[in-house]
Amino acid sequence: MFLQQLINGLALGSIYALIAIGYSLVFGVLKLVNFANGSIYMLGGFLSLVLFNKFQSSFLLCFALALIINGLVGFCLDFFALRRLRKTNATRLVGLITTMGFGTVIDNFVMLFFSNATVPYPNIINFGSFRIGNAIISSTQIIIFLSVVLILLLMSFLVYGTKIGKAMRATSQNADAARLMGVNVNGVISMTFILSAILAGVSGTLVGMYYQMIDFTSGFSIGMKTMAAAVLGGVGSLPGAVAGGLIIGIVESLGAAYISSAYRNAFAFIVLIIVVLFLPNGLFGKEKISKV
Amino acid sequence: MKKAKILFAKNLHLVTIIAFLVLLALPFVVKSNYILRMMTLCMLYVMMALSINLLTGYLGVMTIGHIAFMGIGAYATAILVKNFHWQTLPCYLAAILLTGVFGLLLALAASKLQGYYMTILTLGFCEIVRLVEINWVDLTRGALGISGISSPVFFGMKLGSRRSIYFLMLVLLILTIFLIYSLINSRIGNAVIAIREDELAARAMGINVFKYKVIVFVLSAMIMGLAGAFYAQYMSYIDPAVFTVSASLNVLIMTIFGGLGNILGTIIGASVLTVLPELIRFLAEYRNLIYGILVIVLMLVKPDGLLGKTNFKYIRQQASVKQESEGQ
Repeated sequence: MFLQQLINGLALGSIYALIAIGYSLVFGVLKLVNFANGSIYMLGGFLSLVLFNKFQSSFLLCFALALIINGLVGFCLDFFALRRLRKTNATRLVGLITTMGFGTVIDNFVMLFFSNATVPYPNIINFGSFRIGNAIISSTQIIIFLSVVLILLLMSFLVYGTKIGKAMRATSQNADAARLMGVNVNGVISMTFILSAILAGVSGTLVGMYYQMIDFTSGFSIGMKTMAAAVLGGVGSLPGAVAGGLIIGIVESLGAAYISSAYRNAFAFIVLIIVVLFLPNGLFGKEKISKV
Repeated sequence: MKKAKILFAKNLHLVTIIAFLVLLALPFVVKSNYILRMMTLCMLYVMMALSINLLTGYLGVMTIGHIAFMGIGAYATAILVKNFHWQTLPCYLAAILLTGVFGLLLALAASKLQGYYMTILTLGFCEIVRLVEINWVDLTRGALGISGISSPVFFGMKLGSRRSIYFLMLVLLILTIFLIYSLINSRIGNAVIAIREDELAARAMGINVFKYKVIVFVLSAMIMGLAGAFYAQYMSYIDPAVFTVSASLNVLIMTIFGGLGNILGTIIGASVLTVLPELIRFLAEYRNLIYGILVIVLMLVKPDGLLGKTNFKYIRQQASVKQESEGQ
């Protein structure tokens, strides 16, 4: 029982980690919480499904196409809205409201043109399940673990091993200094939006396959929970986002199993509040030195 | 535009009185129940937006779960009226007291936190309160909600008609505006705004940051609780689906749209964004899509909101200085 819940929690948590990284990336370069991220996650899940239903061809191909479109949506959010705001030196709150508006637009777009009800999601890759002791790992969970580990490796290579990663880190430390050193700051910001949208799209599809259903409102609650995960780890910190995602996933499934399944969504926030009260900068967040 | 602003700033008191008289006379002129209902709803949203404006606009704490206080106030009233047959005034007092206590608890928890951590704390608070509302079935009847909450009763007098409810809302709104206005234009207000501008500098000047944060948190929670108490009897039905984070975000959008830290801006912003979705109702299911696009466009065109950077007191002073120098 315990092992089973732990496995379920890890599967859920690793997906949360992927989305939370998206929040942390964007927060790193822009100091902005991207409220549209939850909606983009849901859009990614829907796009894979809709494309697959339409073309009935290889799922991986449709999945790749969906990720490209999702990346484009992320790019549009930055290019058409946030970039203009940066030019006018608007406050961060304005950027926040803009992302909320963008999220509303995506949610309603999906509701109008795809489906306004819960849609069954086919479990495309299914190769049975495995037993470890008295716990069962399903093939979807294995796929989730493998793809999340792969993506995390790729992401850490991208952020810590490539030139664009270096530019990203430079921008997040000090955007003006990075610009003076010849970094194309706008390009870097667009890149982070594309990356976070792709990560959200991957998780949307994985969650769809995991729960075998999707609906257009699902983005909001997952968005809030993963935002909590990112904050729990310390906003802007990538290892923190992964840790936060895993913790929230595990606490959620253990809490639902042992305490009360009705309060499932509350556990994430209770843990968050307790952690933040004792570690005001999150688990991996750096202490800020404040000056007048 | 500038001249209009100066003219407006100079005659602010006159405009306020005229607006008040119009609001007072409106129910006797307009016979349509629909418009009266819309106006009441408008004023309710203004009250909620003012509460968020107090916290977000003046203290600078962004809250995305403030509607939880409204839920607490609404449930307190609904339960007291339904189960214990209380009159409205003690219900309101109970709702204010209860939300005040919750506001105090949240303020104590939030006092150590900064920026986004505080925002996320309000988010978590809202979700937890909503889940308690859904799951504490014995008290709240869960997702079914509480129905058949009777109309407000003051000293044995029942306010059943649309018109009397409208006036009740008007009284509550004026009380709220008066409270916030006098708070902001007092020593407390100056301290609060100093904290918003730079907390560390304010502390260095000897301002007790913790005390003022708690005051603003509790007051803003109480206003929201009172709005909730009114809402319960106005709608006569409440359920947990109303008090969600997205509803809270909507009110926050109203506040930012009107202009943070500006009472008049908040009033205009909340009224416009309450009426606007009604006006585009003919778009049917495309309504929310259009609303989202409008919010983005408005933010791009007017990033500070309608009256975000407008300080009428300053404009008035400037104008009078100019007049004096011209007179000499």
